[in-house]
Amino acid sequence: MIEFLLHPGSGVSPYLQIVQQVRQALRLGLLREGDRLPTIKTVVAQLAINPNTVLKAYRELEHEGLVAPRPGAGTFVLRTLADDTVTAHDPLRADLRAWLDQAWQAGLDDDSIEALFWTTFRVARREAGSKEDVA
Amino acid sequence: MTAVVRAQGLGKRYGRRRALSECTVDIPAGRVVGLVGPNGAGKTTLLRLAVGQLTPTTGSIEVLGGRPAADAAQLSRVGYVAQSTPVYSGLTVEEHLMLGDRLNPRWDMRIARDRIESAGLDSRQRAGRLSGGQRAQLALALAVAKRPDLLILDEPVSALDPLARREFLSGLMESAADTGASVVVSSHVVGDLERICDYLMILVASRVRLAGDIDELLASHHQLIGPRRDPTTLPGAEVITARHTERQTTLLVRAQRPVDDPAWTVAEIGLEDLVLAYMKADAASLSPMEVLR
Repeated sequence: MIEFLLHPGSGVSPYLQIVQQVRQALRLGLLREGDRLPTIKTVVAQLAINPNTVLKAYRELEHEGLVAPRPGAGTFVLRTLADDTVTAHDPLRADLRAWLDQAWQAGLDDDSIEALFWTTFRVARREAGSKEDVA
Repeated sequence: MTAVVRAQGLGKRYGRRRALSECTVDIPAGRVVGLVGPNGAGKTTLLRLAVGQLTPTTGSIEVLGGRPAADAAQLSRVGYVAQSTPVYSGLTVEEHLMLGDRLNPRWDMRIARDRIESAGLDSRQRAGRLSGGQRAQLALALAVAKRPDLLILDEPVSALDPLARREFLSGLMESAADTGASVVVSSHVVGDLERICDYLMILVASRVRLAGDIDELLASHHQLIGPRRDPTTLPGAEVITARHTERQTTLLVRAQRPVDDPAWTVAEIGLEDLVLAYMKADAASLSPMEVLR
């Protein structure tokens, strides 16, 4: 069973945060086929959010073919998003960890590290995108 | 579409003072509606009209298709938690539940006990010795165990500390999920409503300034930042507020379609900023009149 977290200042709507967290759990193998998602009542009580928000998130996941409701029993995972890239996670995590150590040693604080990561990520993403356009 | 609350030109006066004016709204069923506005805007008046504790001076109000407090059946379908969550201080928690059972035809003791238990209340405790948060939880349990179709709460968390607030709102949402009741809750703190509501009504100076689905409201309001412009009109958009510095103009506009003008940098707006902008816009437009008086 997974637990959801909401980041109020993130600018991402609560329903989308739930969708993203389920997708992420499916990608990382934290949720597998046949697993049950927390009931709407549980999520609502834990996060103090509107039941319609959770319902909307679960419908979206259902629409994507990732989960399906079973009447009276709950909402269950139909397929995972974990693919062959999962095997690459461990070495990549180790690299990232080593990079983080370097950044701390160089005296960067957490905010600077995050800012550096995201700006680099966005630039790389844009460059990769424009290459695809040319090809 | 079915409406849980339908008001037509609804107004209430206390002597010469207008508490609510020309209120026309349709609140859809199955929603969690947030009623926000500064103190004295008329929130409590509107809610007390909806539960039938007040009668309108002008216009009409229908709740769940009937007149508020018209008969026992109508009363049993509406749960109400009043401001400051009143309880009988001499009675124990359990005695409150027994009283609820006697007085309400649709009373569900299991729901009441579940709520008391998940709020961590001791059923032998006298209500007078409960903390503010616990008293609010008791008032919620009493309102929910009636199995109402509509639950109305007037500033239920305004006097509570952050932890008790969160616990109360979580209990409220759990009850809403459980019973499927529509909820109308008022507050002057937008942050409390942001998580739990999907429909918003802004009440300022006795008038409804804005009402609608929160996602739609957020999608149709944009913040524009650009070089200073003086006649602040924009084709196809309603300007809600305009702020100027020497070189820059910041606008909040309402527009169905995205603003497509390269002179402006467009930013989305959060719920709290949206509500504050409407309150401020009204304060600005009202102040000249106050001066005349």
